Amino acid sequence: MKLKEIKEILNAEVLTGGEYLDREVHSAFGSDLMSDVLAFVDDGTILLTGLTNPQVIRTAEMIDLFAIIFVRGKKPGEDILKLARNNKCTILKTDHILFTASGLLYKSGLRGVKIEGAKIND
Amino acid sequence: MTKDSNSMKLNYDVDSNDFTRAGEASSNIKKILKQLGVASKVIRKVSIATYEAEMNIAIHSYGGKINVEITPKEVQIVVKDNGPGIKDVNLAMKEGYSTATERIRELGFGAGMGLPNIKKCADVFELKSEEGKGTKVFIKIFLN
Repeated sequence: MKLKEIKEILNAEVLTGGEYLDREVHSAFGSDLMSDVLAFVDDGTILLTGLTNPQVIRTAEMIDLFAIIFVRGKKPGEDILKLARNNKCTILKTDHILFTASGLLYKSGLRGVKIEGAKIND
Repeated sequence: MTKDSNSMKLNYDVDSNDFTRAGEASSNIKKILKQLGVASKVIRKVSIATYEAEMNIAIHSYGGKINVEITPKEVQIVVKDNGPGIKDVNLAMKEGYSTATERIRELGFGAGMGLPNIKKCADVFELKSEEGKGTKVFIKIFLN
């Protein structure tokens, strides 16, 4: 699924990185815990989070995440957007809560990150 | 940064409690590894390990240093802080255990996954800590 489809599904606003909306997304991860993001997420994955601080962008940078979707209408500050721009990271903002945003993407065929050793994966 | 024919050394100071700049050292290390053409799998491991370590210095210590040496065989990372040290290292290594404050949790850290994450990424991992003095973490990640 392309980033621009995700933008449509979530009725999201592009805060930065609109030039990369043709990038292909393979899976998604939703969390406000950055260490879990570092542990479980691979490239080609998007992150849905309600956390808006520079550490979210740093975390994304470390593992080559190219897109972050801020949920619950959270709007990050200009410093965060600047950091995202420097890292060629797309930032989307949706008013949906994490649960609803995840559900809408799942319904459209996007699946979650597979966790090694987990008994259930979908 | 110093460089001789076989290795490159990178040194960074990390301040306590500076959550705007925390991550800059790891970001810089990652960029250099990319420039050197190191495999992305290795870069990922180094990035996660250094970033978690850098956050640990900012969150838990009075300040510290990250020293990296890149050789043709491996990346060696030495993380040293100025205290206060870890009371119970075995507990600190346990997934889910954390002494972080509510403020740190609001930043998305302090879920007790930092040290376990570092260990998972490391081919060699040693942690020494002395209460009142400080903590030293030695990490080695092989290039092949």
